Amino acid sequence: MAEKYYLGKHFMMGNHAVVEAALMAGCRFFAGYPITPASPIAERMSWRLPEVGGAYIQMEDEIASMAAIIGASVGGVKAMTATSGPGLSLMLENIGLAYMMEVPVVVVNIMRGGPSTGMPTLTSQGDIMQARWGSHGDYDMIAYAPSTVQEMFDFTIKAFNASEKYRTPVMILGDQVLGLMTSDLYVPHKEELEIIDRKVPPEGLEDYLPYDSKELIPPMAIAGMGYKVHMTGLTHNEKGYPDVSVGAQEKLMRRLKAKFEQNLSDIIEVEERYMEDADIAIACFGSEARSVLNAVKKAREENIKVGIFRFKTIWPFPKEEINELSKRVSKIIVAEINLGQLIHPIREYSDPSCEIVSLPHAGGTIHKPEEILAKIKKEASK
Amino acid sequence: MTRIKPIITERHPRDKLLRTERLPHIWCPGCGLGKVLGAYGEAVLKSGIPVDKHAVISGIGCTGRSAGYLNVDSYHTTHGRPIAFATGLKVARPDMEVTVISGDGDLATIGGNHIIHAARRNVNITVIMVNNFNYGMTGGQASATTPHHAKTTTTRYGNYEYPFNMPFLMRAAGATYIARWTALHIKQITDSILKSFENKGFSFIEVMSPCPKGFGKKNKFREGIHQLRYFEEHSYLGDKHDLTDHAPSMHPDEDLPIGEFFADGGRIDFLSNQWKIFHKDEKQG
Repeated sequence: MAEKYYLGKHFMMGNHAVVEAALMAGCRFFAGYPITPASPIAERMSWRLPEVGGAYIQMEDEIASMAAIIGASVGGVKAMTATSGPGLSLMLENIGLAYMMEVPVVVVNIMRGGPSTGMPTLTSQGDIMQARWGSHGDYDMIAYAPSTVQEMFDFTIKAFNASEKYRTPVMILGDQVLGLMTSDLYVPHKEELEIIDRKVPPEGLEDYLPYDSKELIPPMAIAGMGYKVHMTGLTHNEKGYPDVSVGAQEKLMRRLKAKFEQNLSDIIEVEERYMEDADIAIACFGSEARSVLNAVKKAREENIKVGIFRFKTIWPFPKEEINELSKRVSKIIVAEINLGQLIHPIREYSDPSCEIVSLPHAGGTIHKPEEILAKIKKEASK
Repeated sequence: MTRIKPIITERHPRDKLLRTERLPHIWCPGCGLGKVLGAYGEAVLKSGIPVDKHAVISGIGCTGRSAGYLNVDSYHTTHGRPIAFATGLKVARPDMEVTVISGDGDLATIGGNHIIHAARRNVNITVIMVNNFNYGMTGGQASATTPHHAKTTTTRYGNYEYPFNMPFLMRAAGATYIARWTALHIKQITDSILKSFENKGFSFIEVMSPCPKGFGKKNKFREGIHQLRYFEEHSYLGDKHDLTDHAPSMHPDEDLPIGEFFADGGRIDFLSNQWKIFHKDEKQG
């Protein structure tokens, strides 16, 4: 079947931009469950996937959606789901399974106000810690935080590439503002993009080990290749067989951790603006960064030396970048649409000489630029 | 007196379907799970479908360990979710022959939502539910198939809940092949699995199995053989069972209806329906 993409300039909803990027990245399977404000992703997937020869299925809940995309991915088909807070809570169980089995999948979380049912139609950045720590046990997460519709597209491509490259679940942390915002978008030709596919062993190897500990990221045999793989959520040995022992746990968990630790510079992306002479930095991400930019421009007009440190990836945490930042500025203001989440790792990795100040928001809207400007002025005058 | 010399062979014909290096298995003496693995292996060999195209998905529990012993692409997933995982694999890869082997706790209890929706969709997978009437691996607690009044570690005075009658539930939900056997009916289970492979749609096979350690010892089936004897004496094959009357009670005064309960080739399967809607003008590959 011919691949059908809508190239060039568009005026498109953020959620729809995610879909277009996913298809271009090679996603050919989507399983999901309706939830505000992420439903437009499923809706567009339901008619776009047939146009590119893929399959869409609406599952009975988010638990099943997450399980289904892992099932599709072990079959060698790039797969994605999309949800919001309450749905992510249900997906966490199988996010752990994807991590343990090392199956590439992409999970989009269009954040809304929580906890519980919270504010389905209003924004929040309250799932930052859930994205990283939600499933049980020690695991790592790669999480992208777009802040424009174009980045919803660009970071979705990055998310698929990272998940395929590192054989791990990857999350995109959008929010209601970004998901439902309509803005300009440029869709490039596929040839202009770097698209990464997982490493698959050649057919017919005699000594293929699905979880070869000599390799940081072992090639992944897909269903039907003849390797008769066994994958399990139990602690397993190099053949993939259950091995519930201290030794096997140590070996497996250390390798899984190392996949991230040894590739931090490849995964982590941050952006600095107005930082050359800044004495105060505002740390932010996602839709909140848009308001911060407006406020910083106004502060600069008043000759306040303030700049922006924006997380494009939130996890793995850019600990070195934050530590280095904290030695350059006297204050870091953490602006986020929650009651103080990202401030914790920022404080943990900052130099003690740097003062860390919170600019929280209970959610429902992002900060107004004036609110951020007032905080900047207050902190600058101290 | 002459003694018959046992014939010892190095290899069994079905060995290639097993991950023999993982044996002995973890299951208790008297358990029926080995019989189910044997029947599945036999069906795979007879199916004419290349072994490489078979995949087994299991959940958690004693039966959940089945995937780990079968030498096909096999996935040991989370508790209650193997059907959702299998649905993803089958819909993404229709060329694979996907079978779920898991227990009553996994499929009828924690995974109850997934099994009814898979049957409703008539999605093209085979589900073999081994019913041992309790949670064996965690120490014999009550499940959604534990008979009324039966004793378990969480129903010491007797179960005050009613069990699911799974074939009836599957019929109501839309499964297109439904059978129930016991661990004694190896040939029949094998035939049912083969029919399930041929069935375009959702197939459900319940296999009642003895569980001497978890269920038996508290319910007057001290050894596996005692529960097998009950299966032998109480099971009856009817031409037309009334599906509403089929929850196994494991009671000494009651019978155990077994057999092929339902086969409906007229209800079109998920993949064919999806193909027809997605690709109105093309022929299904």
